[in-house]
Amino acid sequence: MPAVETRMMASKLEYIGGEMARPDAADKAAGQAVYIHDLERPGMLYGKIKFSDQAHAKIVKIDTSRAERLPGVQAVISAYNTPEIRIGFLRDNFALKKDKVRQQRDEIAAVAAINPQIAAEAVELIEVEYEPLPAVFSPEEALAEGAPLVHETDPRGKKRTDNRLALGYHHESGDLDAGRAAAAHAVAGEYSTQLIQQSCMGTAGCIAEFDRNDNLTIWAKTQIPFLAQRDFNNALFAMDLRGKNTRVIVPSLGGGFGTGLDTHAYEYIAILLAHRCGRPVKILYDRGEEFARLSPRQSSRVRVEQGCDKSGQLTFRKIEVLLDNGAYTSWGATYPTVMLLPATSLYRVPNIYFDAKLVYTNNTYCQAMRGYGNPELTWALESNLDELAEAAGIDPLELRLLNCNRPNETTPMGLKVTTCGLRECIDTVAEKLAWKKIRRRSKGKKTGVGLASLIHVGGGGRIYRSDGSGLILKLDDFGNVNVYYGGVEMGQGLQTVLVAAVAEALGVCPEKVIINPTDTGTCPWDVGTHASRGAFMAGNAAIAAALQMRDKIFEHARELYPELVQKNIARKKKRDPAYNPPDFNISLAAKDGRFELRGGILFVQDAPDDPVLRIELDALLRAVHFREQGEMLVSEAFYDPPNELPDWNKGYGNMSAAYAFGSQGAEVEVDRETGEVKIIKLSAAHDVGRVLNRQTLAGQTYGALAQGVGYALYEEVKSERGRIVNPDFRDYKIPTAAEMDFPIELDFIETDDPAGPFGAKGVGEPGLVPTAPAIANAIYDAIGVRIRDLPITPEKILAALRK
Amino acid sequence: MMRIAFSCNDKPVEVEIEEHQRLIDVLRDQLGLYGTKEGCGRGECGACTVIVEGRAVNSCLYPAPEIEGKSVVTIEGLQGPDNRLSALQRSFVEHGGIQCGFCTPGMIMSARALLDENPHPDKDEIRKALAGNLCRCTGYVQIVDSISHAGGGDENDGV
Repeated sequence: MPAVETRMMASKLEYIGGEMARPDAADKAAGQAVYIHDLERPGMLYGKIKFSDQAHAKIVKIDTSRAERLPGVQAVISAYNTPEIRIGFLRDNFALKKDKVRQQRDEIAAVAAINPQIAAEAVELIEVEYEPLPAVFSPEEALAEGAPLVHETDPRGKKRTDNRLALGYHHESGDLDAGRAAAAHAVAGEYSTQLIQQSCMGTAGCIAEFDRNDNLTIWAKTQIPFLAQRDFNNALFAMDLRGKNTRVIVPSLGGGFGTGLDTHAYEYIAILLAHRCGRPVKILYDRGEEFARLSPRQSSRVRVEQGCDKSGQLTFRKIEVLLDNGAYTSWGATYPTVMLLPATSLYRVPNIYFDAKLVYTNNTYCQAMRGYGNPELTWALESNLDELAEAAGIDPLELRLLNCNRPNETTPMGLKVTTCGLRECIDTVAEKLAWKKIRRRSKGKKTGVGLASLIHVGGGGRIYRSDGSGLILKLDDFGNVNVYYGGVEMGQGLQTVLVAAVAEALGVCPEKVIINPTDTGTCPWDVGTHASRGAFMAGNAAIAAALQMRDKIFEHARELYPELVQKNIARKKKRDPAYNPPDFNISLAAKDGRFELRGGILFVQDAPDDPVLRIELDALLRAVHFREQGEMLVSEAFYDPPNELPDWNKGYGNMSAAYAFGSQGAEVEVDRETGEVKIIKLSAAHDVGRVLNRQTLAGQTYGALAQGVGYALYEEVKSERGRIVNPDFRDYKIPTAAEMDFPIELDFIETDDPAGPFGAKGVGEPGLVPTAPAIANAIYDAIGVRIRDLPITPEKILAALRK
Repeated sequence: MMRIAFSCNDKPVEVEIEEHQRLIDVLRDQLGLYGTKEGCGRGECGACTVIVEGRAVNSCLYPAPEIEGKSVVTIEGLQGPDNRLSALQRSFVEHGGIQCGFCTPGMIMSARALLDENPHPDKDEIRKALAGNLCRCTGYVQIVDSISHAGGGDENDGV
């Protein structure tokens, strides 16, 4: 159990579940929100990076002399004149590359100049001489006998003999052979997903600045300010600035979607340049750099085999995952940690085998994106399940209901499912799609329906030693509630939840709640805004801190409430001498501590309804402050959810304190002449525990669905021999308003989870997890064509129809 | 260098520019109007949309010298004389049309240009008018709702 009290009575909620507008919306509507693009510092220089144009090559020579001579250039750095800074999840990457490059986008050198134009010009003047090396561009090539090594040694200097990563993700439960023997039907298939770009509307960037004590402040586009602080402090150590500190400040983010889960080479380069120049340095990626020099979502290849008995009961599931890691390792490489959830725990399967293999190649290295392995695995699993349903002659809807997860079950991975609304989600989607009516197979038909489901972490996700989030509440003389929280608002609505949760749990008006900027210098530690944990963690931390604050307020009220009421009565009598105070023993009520705080008003429960008995919070706070031995009220809570860090080699452990479930369905129409898929309708039903804010929740889900549609039908970062060939929005299409022209039906199933703040579970990622397989299954229902590799383009459909 | 004069948010301005400069550079770097965002610099995302002579344009593709003598309205020009948000901006706030907010100024300027031309657009017309403004957060549903409400449309009219 958590060490802090987080349960709130759900019966008297005023702000939770409402439609409160986002606190950050007005500034954003006015164009006044400050993104990294808009931030400037006095004396600031502009950094620009020279990237490799080779996928695998020895660096023979870097000539920076012409760049150095360009007027306006303040510094030119490379690995040859700066300390080595190792970065990344496995510390197999370097801020600047020495000796050889391993991918097309490797950072070779960088300049700082007085304006962006000079910086860009200077980078063009840097000349690099390479000696090309044989390269590997697929996991097969990389695993082949005698394949060239992407890394000759591991980060400890030990010689490597192959390109496999030393990261193991494995699970076995039950008896696979017995499960296979018990199966009346079994279907195997290989399913793949593509590289996609997170496509934040605001590109990546940072400003690094040192003070004269060599402490660093960095304004960073990050989702992990505190892990970034640790990473940057390690860099300071490598720069011989031992014991120096980094302060990470997070400006408004123009989207995150996983791009902020790692620290990036460009940030370390800005740090090196700022230190070299003694001036602040800003590095801002343009869209081309964002596409070609930032890590995309990883591609995947998943082989699935599932079997069921005659009745449709699943008897076994075997999953083998092959991941092209690219040249270096980010947190995104740990996708299998989340793949394990659906692999072991989506639907009830007794006998399971799961294994994931990660391989270095000379392709761009990849990073996290929303869903973090779950969409990849669910794509394979839910596509395969429809194929199994057909082989078994069972309606896919029935097959899913038959094997549906239930509340209060422990899954083969050891996930302790508490609440589970999956059955209701599937039923809702089937009803919204008119499943029984529309689903039929007749020759020449062009419309069809399909569905797919999901399980995801909904109560934090322990993939790090701490899964905690701290929160500080600081009250002032005016009754304002200042909130200091280390999580990151990147558009998802974290601030909305924070305001509603603090107002609700403390008993003040939302207008009095002030969310302070995310800043490692002022906010308590937070592991990061990932794994759909933002609202769950912020809500629980807010409740815990608010309950402590209420105790403090009520404790002071025992002493001060009678005095303040007497003052009210005196004031009232002065104005109205005939006034008779209510017949109420104020001192006794205060002594008993039967206080309540609602809407910023302190009162005694069951007291007569008289304004003199109601004390405004700010009046009490001033009374607490302005007296001898006065006090300012601050409360702090660190919420670390009751979950476990799994053993990844066994694939076992209750990684979340709650699990989100959901189901999505699509009705599509396919043009047999052109291969075009038209979505007629999407239905999404999600078990969210409890709706904290309907508008924000709907916004998250609509947005995730749109990303799911892009993933399913057209997005793909195309790479040729390691070079990204479509680095712009003309050749890389994300859904526009014109494409999102179909009705979307959202249904939120409230299961009131015991671990959730006000019963809520995390919902940030689930919305895009099952979208692609739901669409693929609908396409199959429509035209009998099964596409197993994303995206499902018209070309692939036409090619399959011709077969 | 050349000197140009134009109207920006209903106020006359004169600036020294280089011939190769883009309108977005003049707005942001010289006039301090940071509300106009650069999302791609290639006219593909619409984050930099402003209204020139009543028409929505991508200010990242618009050569600065061509603004001479013309009238440009940016997101900062939408609010009233009391600096309160316009009804269209308020509608975005109230109907969830904003998430990360980076596309928002451009989105609102495209909506403004649409509503000026067609005060009561239906949702298909709205979606068509927004096709050049990319948003990665919202899936556009609540953006379209926001504009529909601002144009007096009903949230539930069809899609």
